[in-house]
Amino acid sequence: MGMKFVVLVVIVLAVIAIAQIMRVYELSSKIRGNKEEDIDLRVNNINASLMLIFLIILFGSFFWMLAIYGNGTLPEPASVLGEKIHWLFNINWIIVIAIFLLCNGLLFIFAWKYSYHPDRKAHWFPHDNKLEMIWTVVPAAVLAVIIILGLMTWNEVTGKPSDDAIVVELYAKQFDWTARYSGDDNKLGYADYKLVGTAEDKNTGTTYNNPFGLITDNSVHWRILGLNNEITEIEKNLRMESNDSVAYSQAKLNKMNAKVEKLERIRERVLDMFGMFNDSIDAFAKDDFVTKELFMVKDQEYFFVLRSQDVLHSAYFPHFRAQMNCVPGQRTSLKITPKYTTAEFREKIGNPEFNYILMCNKICGVSHSNMKMAVIVGTQDEFEAWKVGPLSTPAINDSIIAPIDDIDKERMPWPEPAHHGDHDDSDHEADDHAIEGDDHTEGH
Amino acid sequence: MSAAAHTDHGHHHKESFITKYIFSQDHKMIGKQFLVTAIFMAVVAVILSVLFRIQLAWPGESNSVLSFFLGDTWAPEGILDRGMYLGLVTIHGTIMVFFVLTGGLSGTFSNLLIPLQCGARDMASGLLNMISYWMFFLSSILMLYSLFLETGPANAGWTIYPPLSVYEEAIPGSGSGMTVWLLSMTIFVASSLLGSLNYIVTIINLRTKGMKMTRLPLTIWAFFVTAVLGVLSFPVLVSAVVLMLMDRTLGTSFYVNDTIIAGEVLEQSGGSPILFEHLFWFLGHPEVYIVLLPALGLTSEIVATNARKPIFGYRAMIGSILAIGFLSFIVWGHHMFISGMNPFLGGVFVFTTLLIAIPSAIKVFNYITTLWKGNIKYTPAMLFSIGLVSSFITGGVTGIILADSALDIVVHDTYFVVAHFHVVMGLSAIFGMFAGVYHWFPKMYGKMMNAKLGMVHFWLTLVSAYGVFFPMHFVGIGGAPRRYYDYSVYEGFDSNQYEMIMDLNVVISIFAIIGALAQLIFLFNFFYSTFKGQKAPQNPWKGNSLEWTTPVEHIHGNWPGEIPEVHRWPYDYSKPGAAEDYIPQTVPLGPDEEEH
Repeated sequence: MGMKFVVLVVIVLAVIAIAQIMRVYELSSKIRGNKEEDIDLRVNNINASLMLIFLIILFGSFFWMLAIYGNGTLPEPASVLGEKIHWLFNINWIIVIAIFLLCNGLLFIFAWKYSYHPDRKAHWFPHDNKLEMIWTVVPAAVLAVIIILGLMTWNEVTGKPSDDAIVVELYAKQFDWTARYSGDDNKLGYADYKLVGTAEDKNTGTTYNNPFGLITDNSVHWRILGLNNEITEIEKNLRMESNDSVAYSQAKLNKMNAKVEKLERIRERVLDMFGMFNDSIDAFAKDDFVTKELFMVKDQEYFFVLRSQDVLHSAYFPHFRAQMNCVPGQRTSLKITPKYTTAEFREKIGNPEFNYILMCNKICGVSHSNMKMAVIVGTQDEFEAWKVGPLSTPAINDSIIAPIDDIDKERMPWPEPAHHGDHDDSDHEADDHAIEGDDHTEGH
Repeated sequence: MSAAAHTDHGHHHKESFITKYIFSQDHKMIGKQFLVTAIFMAVVAVILSVLFRIQLAWPGESNSVLSFFLGDTWAPEGILDRGMYLGLVTIHGTIMVFFVLTGGLSGTFSNLLIPLQCGARDMASGLLNMISYWMFFLSSILMLYSLFLETGPANAGWTIYPPLSVYEEAIPGSGSGMTVWLLSMTIFVASSLLGSLNYIVTIINLRTKGMKMTRLPLTIWAFFVTAVLGVLSFPVLVSAVVLMLMDRTLGTSFYVNDTIIAGEVLEQSGGSPILFEHLFWFLGHPEVYIVLLPALGLTSEIVATNARKPIFGYRAMIGSILAIGFLSFIVWGHHMFISGMNPFLGGVFVFTTLLIAIPSAIKVFNYITTLWKGNIKYTPAMLFSIGLVSSFITGGVTGIILADSALDIVVHDTYFVVAHFHVVMGLSAIFGMFAGVYHWFPKMYGKMMNAKLGMVHFWLTLVSAYGVFFPMHFVGIGGAPRRYYDYSVYEGFDSNQYEMIMDLNVVISIFAIIGALAQLIFLFNFFYSTFKGQKAPQNPWKGNSLEWTTPVEHIHGNWPGEIPEVHRWPYDYSKPGAAEDYIPQTVPLGPDEEEH
């Protein structure tokens, strides 16, 4: 506190001192008859010269920075589309620099050249249709070229991936990424956010975890069990309250009752899922596997399907020049075909410690800047070895069977286990949340 | 016109301190109130920016400046809290965009100049004008108050994208911080609407005799289009805010869909965060021009006056203001190229966005041609106007890259974007505001500001502004995302990038601190001159427009007698055949004189 006070006193004294100096200046200029509105010729010329000096420094420092950082800002693009974007960027960059130099150059040179002189009168030049036509038409023509080139690249970047593109899901949540590979069938299993969660079978002590909400008959059973466990827990507490063994505030009671109701509603919605899917619902998911790092094979096209479970994120691969937002409740996508393996790229940029990276580039919470995933590009053989390595795990674990019999059938009618309607008349929700490997247009 | 009915306004009313200085209905006083409030808000926002610049240049290092301003709560042992870092960024953006460059710029100069340059006794409704200011004041207080909340201010970024801004569990600032933010912004929008309606009505109805629309100074044209943009776009922000309030409190799902926050599965389903982005940017993009157009208007006037030369292509200037105003409503999607919006729609927005470059180019070339063969007097206002044209060019050209959706993929949400909008919108508008203050200070306070201090202020500001934002483009192209607490994420992956970003961040922060300190010169000059400045003559810059025909001492009703009649446009500078190098608008045309 004392420190702040001293700082404050110093500031106040400084301001008073400056004000006194100003006063002296004002008085002396009053005696000399100076007026603030009349800028004398000498000062005017100084400002005019500064305009020219500033221009030289501005352009000088620009070219200096261009020399140092212009090509070194990011290493050259490491993907096929990235190269096309990079080419377009360079074309635009040249146009932009040309306009920047031309306009700023004219501005500051005129500002320097036409500074005030009492003997001169400004040239009366209110308008000139021909000139104005020139600087309407020329920019329009340049822009037409920019637009055409830009849209051609844009269409290519956002267009359909080729048929042999490998489908991988990138699952974002605060504050990490998970990759889910679609496996041998190249099709991702269906998922629904309501199934995300863990459940414990109290009899056997086994727990089941479904971090991506994959839909299988099994996972729906487990989810029901998990929800029932939660409901039972709260109801147990509520019963203790009514037995007077514990006392809760009315607000807390209301909250607990509301929570039970909410969980019951979610359970209803989860139960509905049984009616939506046919037997093969989990077929696509069976060979899916998840990893905490991303491995891509060189020259292989990848089609990433992006999901988020909480807030907006953005999958940003700076070295591949690729980026797309992850939107909760919606699927988005991007394509990458890596051109260099990590080892090759390390050699290219002369940095033996280099690694590709996936970052989050949409503010997503307090630890936003820590949200990242390592990206490796290698050969097909390296991929096969990595796939069975310690970092990858199956997306669903079929060996654990949900304890169906334990569920209270009285309170909650257990559906017929196989209500196998046609996929066509299933609820819209199934379609919304399902993505097949060959259905690439979805998410666009 | 009601000029005759108003003549009795000429004599002085007896006014108490409260009706004259606080609850004033006089447009000149309200303009000054807006200005002083905005200066205070700007000081706060600049301090916030210096604080987070310290963190970016020297991440995680203990700093006594941080602990001085933020205390143990937000900077324990002088190290900035991660949540507060985002809070500083968010509130810096909000204050600068809305409170300084919208409220401050439009509020000050529309209020001061619309009646004076149109030849009106006052605004169409003095009462609404007063309410507009006091709502602005209230919303400013609320925004500042949010900095002192226990859970911190709103910190989901000034664009408050849901679902992050909806759930307190997602980020602490989305609790009471966001509630206060939304409340403050709603009041701000109400203030802005009252102001804008008043400006539009005054310009349409209260011009003096002979003041045709084609004889209006370009300032008034700019204020007019600005006000129309505000009236059409700000209500959309309010509806976006109301829907968000409902998502936050009533459990509706306009913007949220299938989310799991803090491990809890939420029931809200069926909305879309992208809907919010559409609504937000439907305001957000016109907002850029709400900030920019008044600055360009002020500059047009100042450049013509000090180059002693008519503004080149007056009608083309009006046309481009109107074109920019119209186009600004159909380009909002360029903020959302990679949001998950349909790529075809993105392509359409590429086209409309790049169209805006045409009227902008016309404006730039017209400014440059106005300087050509001029006779330029370097008042501080003129210096800042040239600074504005330069930053408008430099910031405008990088817009060409951002408008190109394929390139936006690379630089979206990086510091390239931050540099772009700070130069084209932030610097241009703030330079315009400084130019306006230096130029019309004699009209506001009847005193002159010190010109030499103004020049030092300008050169320091210009150099440090470029020093901050030039390197920032390279940081952005180098892949530095915005709203990052630090860049340690690069450390173990691409150490070259990490080093480049860190090196440049130090340069940027040093220039930012120099630039911030340079503003002390302005603050001192402003307040010193208000009280002790040299007394101003009636027409210090030898200008043509109507405000220089009013007496130096402020009177209610502006002109002591009849409102003068207007006979010509305001840009008759150095007209051939005239004795002086300026002819005020009130001078009748000579027998053989053509209008222009």
